[in-house]
Amino acid sequence: MNLLGKLTWDAIPLHEPIIVGTVANVGAVILAVLAWVTVKGYWPYLWREWLTSVDHKRIGVMYLVFALIMLVRGFADGIMMRTQQAVAAGGAQGYLPPEHFDQIFSAHGTIMIFFVAMPLVIGLMNFAVPLQLGVRDVAFPTMNSVSLWLTATGILLINVSLFVGEFAKTGWVAYPPLSELQFSPGVGVDYYLWSLQISGIGTLLSGVNFVTTILKMRAPGMSYMRMPVFCWTALASNLLIVAAFPVLTALFAMLLLDRYLGFHFFTLEAGGNAMMYVNLFWVWGHPEVYILVLPAFGIYSEVSATFSGKPLFGYRSMVGATLVICVLSYTVWLHHFFTMGASAGVNAFFGITSMIIGVPTGVKVFNWLFTMYGGQVRFTVPVLWTIGFMVTFVFGGLTGVLLALPAVDWQVHNSVFLIAHFHHVIIPGVLFGAIAGYNYWFPKAFGFKLDERWGAAAFWCWFIGFHLAFMPLYVTGLMGMTRRLQHYDVLAWQPWLLVAEAGAIIIMAGIICQVVQLVVSIRHREQLRDTTGDPWNGRTLEWATASPPPAWNFAVLPRVDKLDAFWAKKQRVLAKEEPPGRPHRYEPIEVPKNSPTGVVTAFFAVITGFALIWHIWWMAGVGLFGATVTLLAFMFRVEDEVEISAEQVGQFDRAHAVEVSL
Amino acid sequence: MNVAVEMDDVRQGELLDISEAGPAPKRIIAGFGFWIFLLSDIVMFSALFAAYAVLAKATAGGPTGAQLFNLRTAAMETAFLLLSSYSCGLMSLAINSRQRFGIFFGAVVTFLLGAAFLNLELREFSDMIAAGAGPQRSAFLSAFFTLVGCHGLHVAIGLAWLVLMMVQLSIRGFAGVVVRRLLCFSLFWHALDIIWVLIFTIVYLMGVLP
Repeated sequence: MNLLGKLTWDAIPLHEPIIVGTVANVGAVILAVLAWVTVKGYWPYLWREWLTSVDHKRIGVMYLVFALIMLVRGFADGIMMRTQQAVAAGGAQGYLPPEHFDQIFSAHGTIMIFFVAMPLVIGLMNFAVPLQLGVRDVAFPTMNSVSLWLTATGILLINVSLFVGEFAKTGWVAYPPLSELQFSPGVGVDYYLWSLQISGIGTLLSGVNFVTTILKMRAPGMSYMRMPVFCWTALASNLLIVAAFPVLTALFAMLLLDRYLGFHFFTLEAGGNAMMYVNLFWVWGHPEVYILVLPAFGIYSEVSATFSGKPLFGYRSMVGATLVICVLSYTVWLHHFFTMGASAGVNAFFGITSMIIGVPTGVKVFNWLFTMYGGQVRFTVPVLWTIGFMVTFVFGGLTGVLLALPAVDWQVHNSVFLIAHFHHVIIPGVLFGAIAGYNYWFPKAFGFKLDERWGAAAFWCWFIGFHLAFMPLYVTGLMGMTRRLQHYDVLAWQPWLLVAEAGAIIIMAGIICQVVQLVVSIRHREQLRDTTGDPWNGRTLEWATASPPPAWNFAVLPRVDKLDAFWAKKQRVLAKEEPPGRPHRYEPIEVPKNSPTGVVTAFFAVITGFALIWHIWWMAGVGLFGATVTLLAFMFRVEDEVEISAEQVGQFDRAHAVEVSL
Repeated sequence: MNVAVEMDDVRQGELLDISEAGPAPKRIIAGFGFWIFLLSDIVMFSALFAAYAVLAKATAGGPTGAQLFNLRTAAMETAFLLLSSYSCGLMSLAINSRQRFGIFFGAVVTFLLGAAFLNLELREFSDMIAAGAGPQRSAFLSAFFTLVGCHGLHVAIGLAWLVLMMVQLSIRGFAGVVVRRLLCFSLFWHALDIIWVLIFTIVYLMGVLP
């Protein structure tokens, strides 16, 4: 009986200088931050105002902080791969041994999808959706905090794998039979499965929370066709979460049963069917693409309307296109494996549906263009990202239509042509949108704008770097270069891969510009301060309250009588049809009480996950027991709301007079 | 019945444009949110059903469903579970009319029927494992134990939840949050019936077809 399961000193890769160096540096930074927080005595503040907060705005900000930190980690993986491929041609072997390279490409994909793109999107939805709906919080505030901290648990576990044990060497999709115990006996796949399983529960709960919030909690008068487009895309995205993530949960549960209890879902013997994994994975995986991209489409819609000073062109067609994409996203999953051996009829069906799904996307692009056409476009940082997205994404989409032809797909399947394609849609489609949203809503969250010049510099570095990094991969893909190569013999590829390396370095400059932008903006916050609550001359309700908004968002719930309610009200005030109405009678407001449930649950989830990965059964029992006790404590909590007195509400509202109030 | 009670809470004038009525009352939000969660749970089961359908014939030379399944046991399990749904419905009525005795009586009957169901299922599982037909034997049996076991796990969680709710009810009475949780429990319990009816049909009845 081994008290530590599979965990031994051999699990610490002390013989790998790259890993030891990384861990030493990152560890030093973390220790320094913790020491600084301790010395300054910030712990009570952090605990009270952030870690236990159930305020959707704070939770949104924390999601974004996690996502941006993980973006750096994921990018570091990416540039390590680019560097390896730039040098490891012909006789040269590069600096990364195969088993390390394999872990890096697996970690890069897993982190970028689950721990960068997802928290970026969910964080922005958390911050903006309740404000845009004109309500005071999400439907289930404490559950929202649990979602956040379960995502953080996944992030922690996947980073622990860097130094304790190993990460999966299977690619981010972990296809069996390679990911079965027979071929991956180490803990790498277990780190992958448990970190995604735990964070997946958090994501699912977020989905439930937002669907309920959007469908059941809107300001008085806000019927469905008066909702901002971002709320519509958030609704579509969360419906997809509710309908897609449970498939991933079931799928990973099956693979876990195979690995831990000797079941035969996907094994080579006893009738297992590995192809079923691939099907179920993409039944989740393709909707996941739209889970990520639809909210970004919503951000582009808000940004193009706001900064063109015009209502969004074709609001109804935008809503329709969003919902059509939402449904069609379930009809295309097989295009991820046209080569699996399905009949020509099956492949043709999925090829055609994959092309059809481009139609509603095209509708959206035209809507954005016509929104800007004839408007007085202000070229702020969010607009730069939006225009950059439109230019880039259309070409990425076109290569997607190429790949939707099964005959073409057979030629370039599993090549870096595919890598170029999906980076070409996901980076502009998700990341550009999230950065546009970050620049757009930052003044609402913190009360001051982000620096425009560094923001523009970041955009141009990303835009140019992106094209340099990924266009060459189309070429080498057509030349026959397969993905995930640690080393290659075809010297003709090398010049292209050197260009790609240069692109990655320029992207790195973009990331540095973003860090500088944040630092410069914080230092110059007094010059960048926005006291109006409405720095961009906005159209939707989030601009109708103070920046940053109080815990209760709105002193009096706004009344909505048409689309772009805040804009309409401003127009009426300017035309002197209405006074800039201010409520004179304030009523006490109940806000949800802070709760340590989320962070305590996450603590036990980390213990449970780590114990299960290393087969430390007693510790897994302790973790599960702790999580259960936490749940019971939450269930038996008596007081779950605190009242903000009418005087306090009125005092805040008078001190932060927004120019126009609804 | 619960729906009818909620309709009473809505002011009549706002029925025509309910989408403009502003944030819904807590009870509706809790019930609706839990429904969405249940839908996600049903999606998870649909993935398990799909896996079972794919692997149902993959017996790897081991026992088939026709050899293993005992329809009498399955029919009894079905009867227990459906009857427990009836008693759970009676409990919901008693909650709406605030009759403590009716609630506890309904809860005890529901618990006993649920426990009888679990007992039969566990005995079926242990008999199969003892006969060498455990989940490691073939892909078919892996899928069977996972699908049916996952439903059984839900039933077990439901039983624990029911006990907890009775404790909460005796401590806190008909507090809003307790009543909302009881509503969610009954939604959960009925959803498990839907899943079981599918299991009974697809796994047991279709499993013994020649």
